[in-house]
Amino acid sequence: MSQVVLDKLKDRFQEAVLETHNRFGNETALIKRESLLEVMRFLKDELGFEMMMDLCGVDHLPETPRFEVVYHLKSFSRGYRVRIKVRIPEEDAMVDSVTPVWKGANWYERECFEFYGIRFKGHPDLRTLLLYPEFEGYPLRKDYPHKQRQPRIPLLNPETR
Amino acid sequence: MIKLSDTTKDLHTRYLSIMFGPSHPAMHGTIKMDVVLDGETLVEIDVDPGYLHRGFEKECEDHRWNQCVTYTDRLNYVSSIINNVCYSMAVEKLLGIEKQIPERALWLRMILSEVSRITDHLTCLAAMCMEVGGFTAFLYFVKIREWFYEVLENITGARVTYSWTRIGGVRWDAPEGFEEQLKEAVRKARPVLKEIHGLFDKNRIFLERTVKVGLISQENAIAYGITGPFLRSTGFNYDVRKAHPYLFYNDMDFEVPLGVNGDNYDRYYVRMLEMEQSMRIIEQALPKLPKGPVMIDDPRLALPEKEKVYTTIEGVINHLKLIFEDIYVPAGEVYSFVESPNGELGFYIISKGSNKPWKMRVHPPCFPIMQSLPEILKGLMIADIIPTFGGVNMIGGEMDR
Repeated sequence: MSQVVLDKLKDRFQEAVLETHNRFGNETALIKRESLLEVMRFLKDELGFEMMMDLCGVDHLPETPRFEVVYHLKSFSRGYRVRIKVRIPEEDAMVDSVTPVWKGANWYERECFEFYGIRFKGHPDLRTLLLYPEFEGYPLRKDYPHKQRQPRIPLLNPETR
Repeated sequence: MIKLSDTTKDLHTRYLSIMFGPSHPAMHGTIKMDVVLDGETLVEIDVDPGYLHRGFEKECEDHRWNQCVTYTDRLNYVSSIINNVCYSMAVEKLLGIEKQIPERALWLRMILSEVSRITDHLTCLAAMCMEVGGFTAFLYFVKIREWFYEVLENITGARVTYSWTRIGGVRWDAPEGFEEQLKEAVRKARPVLKEIHGLFDKNRIFLERTVKVGLISQENAIAYGITGPFLRSTGFNYDVRKAHPYLFYNDMDFEVPLGVNGDNYDRYYVRMLEMEQSMRIIEQALPKLPKGPVMIDDPRLALPEKEKVYTTIEGVINHLKLIFEDIYVPAGEVYSFVESPNGELGFYIISKGSNKPWKMRVHPPCFPIMQSLPEILKGLMIADIIPTFGGVNMIGGEMDR
């Protein structure tokens, strides 16, 4: 349905668009990390994607680059939907913040930062959102053990946990 | 920024910062707001969610596909069925079986989604109206909700956490006579809703607390990513049921109520009218409900009947396989979304071909709304937090996951 968006993206940013597909009717484009902000501005200003519906991180552990940030965009004026992804290496887990484009990205980026440790360059206030500031580690990374506990006060019966 | 009055020198006035919540009675759903006050005026608000964070995504990544249905219940626990339906639809898309689901299951999913929408709006409005002082309305709302809860209890066997859908259909068929019970609930609910309209629509106290309070402009709402009644209260027409029809909403005749100003009163009114539309959908859908199975006819997905498990070897193997290993979902990624009572609820699921999801992201509809609250509330009085927060319908389970 939104194939035209992918075509326009490929026309405009030839080698910055690494991969596209439209499985299950979800048009998806994998973008080079360096040109993310430029692509997002183009999508908002010229293709009318007024709303950033969702942003989340993904950890593809054994693969490199390890992390991925996924954006779901929605255009009301033209009825398009598109998914933009960027791959981020572990050593330099940093990507441009899209808060200048959509201010609603603020909390989503904070959430992604605290769960995956991905930093957003240019974010106005990058601190924890759902977790407490003293939390150690990044819980949604695949190498964070599922059973790990971080009690803030000593437990009465630690061995029963 | 609001300036302190000139009384600084004599009265030693200073900004007062208080913590609103997390166990304040008005902050239902456990949330904290750090508020800075100049007298009674709000100077700065910092919303601090996360008190109900239970690691939904992490838990789902460690559980099998059908086990995750029970976790989705705990997202928006006032309309659990809509979460169940959205999750099942997403996984069915990944499996490529959405065309093979029996029709009766889909119709039941739609009818119960609408019942859930009504109960969600009723709970939200009950809390909102009670907090601005109308305790009578709270009792009326909860009375109606009880009739609908009884219908849901009759069908699913639970009152809050239904876990009623399965991947490939629904857990069990609705019992005989549920149509009459549901029709009766709708018939009884209408006059009570009319009474509530009479109590609140022109009530001076209610109007003063809600009209032009908690205003948000259309551009701002879109920039924040807000959907649902909150966006529609600004007059913007976006309803997933109309824009991207799923289930059988295409065949239903219903309208999308819109507000004008984008204030608390409009949100109250939009929700009241949406309940009427949901009842219309229920009334149209009930006569069309077809007979037949409610679970897909595929041994890889559906549990066999108990009789077969006890008498045939295929049944035993089938049962064992499903219980111990669950289904295997082919690798891929999907974003599937439905209209939940708060807005667009979406599941972004990545499978790597195993019996557990690799990534399960929920797009919670009240998340962007809470994000916009500081901007909405700045400059208002402290008492305006209560109806505005009530109109957001923040559900802790969905917000914090």
